[in-house]
Amino acid sequence: MYNKSLRQLSDSLQKKELSSVELSQYFLARIKRLDSSLNSVITLNEEAALKAAEQADKQLQKGLGGVLTGIPLLHKDIFCTQGLRTSSGSKMLDNFIAPYTATTVQQLQQAGAVMLGKTNMDEFAMGSSNETSFYGGVKNPWDLQRVPGGSSGGSAAAVAARLAPLASGTDTGGSIRQPAAFCGITGIKPTYGRVSRYGMIAFASSLDQAGAMAKSSEDAAIMLQAMSGFDPKDSTSVDRPVDDLLQNIGRSLKGVRIGLPKEFFTDGLDSHVCEKVTEAIDALKSAGAIVKEISLPNINLSVPAYYVVAPAECSANLSRFDGVRFGYRSDEPKDLEDFYKRSRGEGFGDEVKRRIMMGAYVLSAGYYDAYYKKAQQVRRLIQQDFVKAFEEVDIIASATAPSVAFKAGEKTDDPVSMYLSDIFTIGVNLAGLPGMSVPCGFVDQMPVGLQLIGNYFDESRLLNVGHQYQQMTNWHDMIPTGFGQE
Amino acid sequence: MQWETVIGLEIHAQLKTKSKIFSGASTAYGAIPNTQACAVDLGLPGTLPVLNQQAVRYAVKFGLAIGAHIAPYSVFSRKNYFYPDLPKGYQISQFDLPIVGLGELNITVDGEVRTIGVTRAHLEEDAGKSLHEDYHGKTGVDLNRAGTPLLEIVSEPDMRSAAEAVAYVKTLHSLVQYLDICDGNMQEGSFRCDVNISIRPFGQEAFGTRAEIKNLNSFRFIEKAIAHEVERQIDVIESGGRVVQETRLYDANKDETRSMRSKEEANDYRYFPDPDLLPVEITESLLEEMRATLPELPEAKAIRFKSDYLLSEYDAAILTTQRPLADYYEKAVEASNGQAKLVANWVMGELSAGLNRDNLDITASPVDAAQLGGLIVRIADQTISGKIAKKVFEIMWAGSDSADDIIEQEGLMQISDTAELEAMIDQLMADNTAQVEQFRAGKTKVMGFFVGQLMKQTQGKANPQELNKLLKEKLK
Repeated sequence: MYNKSLRQLSDSLQKKELSSVELSQYFLARIKRLDSSLNSVITLNEEAALKAAEQADKQLQKGLGGVLTGIPLLHKDIFCTQGLRTSSGSKMLDNFIAPYTATTVQQLQQAGAVMLGKTNMDEFAMGSSNETSFYGGVKNPWDLQRVPGGSSGGSAAAVAARLAPLASGTDTGGSIRQPAAFCGITGIKPTYGRVSRYGMIAFASSLDQAGAMAKSSEDAAIMLQAMSGFDPKDSTSVDRPVDDLLQNIGRSLKGVRIGLPKEFFTDGLDSHVCEKVTEAIDALKSAGAIVKEISLPNINLSVPAYYVVAPAECSANLSRFDGVRFGYRSDEPKDLEDFYKRSRGEGFGDEVKRRIMMGAYVLSAGYYDAYYKKAQQVRRLIQQDFVKAFEEVDIIASATAPSVAFKAGEKTDDPVSMYLSDIFTIGVNLAGLPGMSVPCGFVDQMPVGLQLIGNYFDESRLLNVGHQYQQMTNWHDMIPTGFGQE
Repeated sequence: MQWETVIGLEIHAQLKTKSKIFSGASTAYGAIPNTQACAVDLGLPGTLPVLNQQAVRYAVKFGLAIGAHIAPYSVFSRKNYFYPDLPKGYQISQFDLPIVGLGELNITVDGEVRTIGVTRAHLEEDAGKSLHEDYHGKTGVDLNRAGTPLLEIVSEPDMRSAAEAVAYVKTLHSLVQYLDICDGNMQEGSFRCDVNISIRPFGQEAFGTRAEIKNLNSFRFIEKAIAHEVERQIDVIESGGRVVQETRLYDANKDETRSMRSKEEANDYRYFPDPDLLPVEITESLLEEMRATLPELPEAKAIRFKSDYLLSEYDAAILTTQRPLADYYEKAVEASNGQAKLVANWVMGELSAGLNRDNLDITASPVDAAQLGGLIVRIADQTISGKIAKKVFEIMWAGSDSADDIIEQEGLMQISDTAELEAMIDQLMADNTAQVEQFRAGKTKVMGFFVGQLMKQTQGKANPQELNKLLKEKLK
């Protein structure tokens, strides 16, 4: 049952071969049995989930349910959920229960999905390996010595281990796509503004975007469909109709123009990973796609530009965690300054502090023009490169990450090498484009991800290409050893 | 040495919107602490600001009223600093791209008109309030005010005296109320003032080092604080010291300013554009729409009052300081059949005195414009004397009757009937022959005695002109 597609599960529910309560219990049991080795789920929502499942069953009984009614899923612990702790992977919010629910979570609730719990993540989504979480790292189900990627590592590992059919994620510099690649699942980050950010704890507001993580493109499409849309509570969400993401998913790839940025196929890319990505592109070509080399001349500046813009925004976004109104508060402060210094010093982990300091620095008087302003100019150049590229092609393809998942602890002392693991994904956030990762083979028994980048609001095309690829291949159906039994 | 004072002002006007600038919480004053602070105002994680369109419209209206450039594209920025009453750890404000650009305001000091430059006006959110008393060594935080929309109006350093500064503040105070964008309540903090002051030797072009005095919330305090600060700066310089750039606080109880923080300790606010908010774009059609909503402004109204009602400069200025007062005046003139000067005297006299005594606003006046107009009709047509009119006004103040009803009920109609008055005079002369003799012997002062007696008899209702005329004739 764990490897059934969303459609198959939904059909079983609609036909009443299976109830939502049974299905939810089944996945809750898997989490309890299997997650101790992974640490992917940090808060279980058992009681409320079963209640929600009962409600879903009532709907199904009346024949009123939709495709997501009764389907269990997990939410990244960055989305506020009323009544259930939302920690953002931080000691700072270990005691925080939001009095409201994030818009995306609400949308999925309204579609009938059942929240089983919340997934582990890098602290405040800052990390590429899930090792910065206050709740401890997440293990990669394909090799417990390795990281699942980050920051949505808990969601990726949980879906890969089939602990839930779906999980939400957020992507600021690759945080959906890179862990999807490392764990061998499908993950899509839509266009900036397509999904509401309300109730999603901000890391870098101009880059953060929520998305879907699932076993296949089709499942991801169904989930993303429910998450998308304008939200009057988020001024940066875009008021434009949502495409039917499934309508064109079966369309042939004949004539689809795919661009390969030459800057992404260089020495920085592991040669074995490159081989797998090239094979995947060949498969797309044999299905009728037209492949050509393109150039994104400024893309090599995306990592430095990102590590100015994102920390700058985070340095302000995280100021509200001051111990005054909620969250961690230091004991017996001597005075106000001591209160702030210790509440924040003790409540935040090292990576978060590092980024706050970088951000405060680049915004300081005398440095603003040289760093923040310059980075915004670079960002515009990178965006223009993409806009130009999309005049020639429909899709841009590359590896999602330069290597397969690395070993836990391997990069924790070297932040810059950690930052470089997002080198292929970061530009997409700077430009605000939709991007996705689909599994395309294995290197050293570890999954490899193919990144597909689309034009603005062209999610349906991305999902179409991903789906067609998955019709030809079965990488997305592979299950890590130890997680393949009922 | 002769010193010249240079003053620039920053005014924070609270905009009269129902809800806050970035959330749906109410802006009503005086609620129980923290009952008007929603998740957005509390800065809870994941919450996002959504701009109140009404606040934007008010800012545009203000900009148009001072003839300013309205930016077609303006940007909200984050001003970063930590304080317990600042929930997000940054204030959403506008920095390098404010919504209202350069404009100007005319002020009148000692009958002379001066034009003061307004550098800019920008939108921002207010912080909460820290309550340092009543918490036994701790600090209370009330976030009801957090997120209240403010328009910060920054002047050029164009003022040269406390009187000019006060005139500027009063003019602006009147203007924002005319525009109906701010209630102007200074006690509740709806209209606050920061003053930048420096001095320089007369004739010198370069500015001296300035000190900023924060949060002055009455016209009197502004005047006193400036006077005090100028004196302090002169003392500092003349005794060989130098003024340091700093923020000072005015203590109304001690009538002095004291240092809050110097520039060296000043924060680096690390302003940057707020990525949660889109730039504000003002279209030509919105400008047109807002232009159409502009009321007649105080300056124009005063000019019209002078020509339409033949009022003096002084009367016209007083009657147009507040829009409700001007409206009241015009309605009363209409109800009085055009007795403009008489109405002006009554509005600025009896009515203002009554309102001051009972601490009431013109909009809450117990005597409305129609009632006052009706009273003045009866003064003008000599149904009652000015003295009786005051009595009628008092009754009117306490009740709700019209002047005519009161005159009728109280029998206050003036006695102008010659025959009736003559009979009373004859009787009085017969009873007081000694006084008649005295008068006829040239002691004309005795006239007062007869007038007094007759007024007493008629309870003041005798028509004074008529009475004087008849008395003079009879006593001759």
